[in-house]
Amino acid sequence: MAIKAKHQRLVLLVIALVVLVGAALLAAWALRNQASYFYVPAEITANPPAPSRGVRLGGMVEKGSIKTMPDGVTIAFVVGDGKATVPVVFKGIVPSLFVEGSGVVAEGHMRPDGTFEADNLLAKHDEKYVPREMKDMTGEQARQVVAETK
Amino acid sequence: MIAELGLAALWLAAALATLQLLGGALAQTERGGALAGVVRPVAVVQGLLVLVAFACLIYVFAVTDLSVKLVALNSHSMKPLIFKIAGAWGNHEGSMLLWVTVMGLAGGFVALIERRLPERTMLATLAGQAFVSLGFYAFLLIASNPFERLSPAPAEGQGLNPLLQDLGLAFHPPTLYLGYVGLSIAFSFAIGALVTREVGPAFARAMRPWVLGAWIFLTLGITAGSYWAYYELGWGGWWFWDPVENASLMPWLAATALLHSVSVLASRDALRIWTVMLGVVAFSMSMVGTFLVRSGILTSVHAFAVDPERGSFILALLAINIGSALVLFALRAGTVSEGERFAPISREGALVINNVLLCAILGIVLFGTLYPLLAEAMGAQVSVGPPYFNPMSALFALPMLLVLAVGPMLRWRRDTFARVGKALVIPAMLVVAMGIGLVVFAKVALLPFLGLAMGVGLAWASVLPLRGRNLRRLPLAVWGMVFAHFGIAVALIGMSSESAFSVEKLVAVEVGDTTQVGPWKVRLAGIEPIAGPNWTALEADLAVIYGTDGAPTQLTPQSRTFWAPPQNTAESALLTRWNGQLYAVLGGEADDGRWQLRLWWKPFVPLIWIGGVLIALGGLLALLGRVANDVRRGVASDRIADRREGQRELEESRS
Repeated sequence: MAIKAKHQRLVLLVIALVVLVGAALLAAWALRNQASYFYVPAEITANPPAPSRGVRLGGMVEKGSIKTMPDGVTIAFVVGDGKATVPVVFKGIVPSLFVEGSGVVAEGHMRPDGTFEADNLLAKHDEKYVPREMKDMTGEQARQVVAETK
Repeated sequence: MIAELGLAALWLAAALATLQLLGGALAQTERGGALAGVVRPVAVVQGLLVLVAFACLIYVFAVTDLSVKLVALNSHSMKPLIFKIAGAWGNHEGSMLLWVTVMGLAGGFVALIERRLPERTMLATLAGQAFVSLGFYAFLLIASNPFERLSPAPAEGQGLNPLLQDLGLAFHPPTLYLGYVGLSIAFSFAIGALVTREVGPAFARAMRPWVLGAWIFLTLGITAGSYWAYYELGWGGWWFWDPVENASLMPWLAATALLHSVSVLASRDALRIWTVMLGVVAFSMSMVGTFLVRSGILTSVHAFAVDPERGSFILALLAINIGSALVLFALRAGTVSEGERFAPISREGALVINNVLLCAILGIVLFGTLYPLLAEAMGAQVSVGPPYFNPMSALFALPMLLVLAVGPMLRWRRDTFARVGKALVIPAMLVVAMGIGLVVFAKVALLPFLGLAMGVGLAWASVLPLRGRNLRRLPLAVWGMVFAHFGIAVALIGMSSESAFSVEKLVAVEVGDTTQVGPWKVRLAGIEPIAGPNWTALEADLAVIYGTDGAPTQLTPQSRTFWAPPQNTAESALLTRWNGQLYAVLGGEADDGRWQLRLWWKPFVPLIWIGGVLIALGGLLALLGRVANDVRRGVASDRIADRREGQRELEESRS
């Protein structure tokens, strides 16, 4: 053997460290590229993310904005935060707590035309759970969410 | 009355844990053995007392004693009895009590039966167990008393989250907790061994059944949890990389690594320090995972509502437990002498690679789970999902599977690839054939492609250790290994097939309409309102036909409305064939009277959970083999001792 036997523990340690540090660096790099950032409508309209990038959009479903498309399974609605609004389309079964005037977090991406295409909608999951992102919403919306949460 | 009894038992158990800690710690000093004799009995009684406390909690839930705050907040008199009982641990306080109950019982059990280790190491181990338990007792008694009374008692309770009112879920948390907390014994053994510097095969043999047992429960818990998420959430997926799923995966990864390294230590006396380190890491991961989720710091659908005081308490507890274990490790690691050596190409070498890669995956999952916290500290709100976890974990899992195919055939200490190469020709050809087949007949993404191709090769390779052996005399532990590795291959094929071949259909149909999903024809025959014990529902009557003809089968997905607490859930309906599952969810009614249906055809998806069960079964076989061996050895050494005793008496009577 090329390596002296008495150094085996050291060699193993070095190999383990190299792999683990390598994994950590890779993870850090992947996280920078793949983590999906949270936006409110004001931010996403001012500075839209690239269409290829998965993001989350949180806000209030504007009153009177939910419309069902002719196929019966695609809906369009508008999410607002009091400063800006974003049109959203979603194909799927909406969560039961998804109603006009309540909070929603949409996962998906921004289309080049300024519409947000949602793959998934998270509404208030149960009476004890509020999407964490909502806690930073200010003013009227936060009060509304809290009122619903009680 | 019963609630007060439970609280009293809990206080007493905490007091005994203090005594256990002091007794075990003093026994480590020069002349502090005064309390040494009581440590084992105290550990047993402590376990029984906390069991009494837990039984009291179950009782107040079973009879819906609404003067207990926890019951009033989480239960409801109209619930079926089984869910009332399961409600006892379906909340923060109750789950914490379950946690210390399992810790106490496990500690008591070790104290009762483990006689192989030097007594000083055992006492240090029990002191370590008491140290960890005490933190959780303090947490329960100070910050989350499950027996707190509510005055005046309300007329009715607030009910349990309907998502949790499911038989599978009722027994899912206890299964996982048995796993998490079983690892606490491995942790305490590691502490005991570090304190007394007794790291060797005896230590590994004492620790191994606990690691195996905990690992079996974790495997079952993760498998059951995944199936629950699959059919109960109605989203069609089986793994979401949700923080609480990661919380169960991380200890499993660490325990899997520990399981393999503890075998090396037991049979070959190598990897001493590494095994101790993993013993510390595995339980630390249990605590980090569980309590980061429970503390409400991470977003999760599973997070119980926790106030900030409790969150900080939990974090302090984590820091103390893990921090002190790591300090002890840093102080003592250098003084443990190096174990036996081995060549790079050997069973040990393969297991080292397996361990390092498992730890790398563990690091990736941990990093991804904690990243939202780090990002928030820097002022950004992010979430991390499958686009990160899937490719990153596969990057390290795939080489690990290659090692898995080869490693079990290598000999201990030193071997050559030439010796095992011939046997691997067939699995390698299977991989290539499957790969070519997929390229020609199907268009599949890279990861499922690799998974399917490697899965079939691995399934073959995993049974190769049986060749040339006398199957009747083969040790159970080897059978266990073969089953578990075969289970990994089966699960891998299921996962890859689900992701490669699933067909999804989302439509709005009128009653009487037919739609097609994959090979299935699905006709909406009707929508009926029905009622359950604490819910009402709309039930779709679906007539489904596989292929072109045959009698239709009925599927009845529901959209349920619970009234305590008020909430809607979608109850999916599943139809299993040998080659896959049809999955149906009923959505809402569109404005024009059509009904939304979401249908999936998922070829071979049940293999995921069948694989999981096979893996656990492998663990069980190995555990049985080890325990039977230990018992046989114990009986033999007792006999030898008896015979010696007899001879001595004989000689004494002669003289």
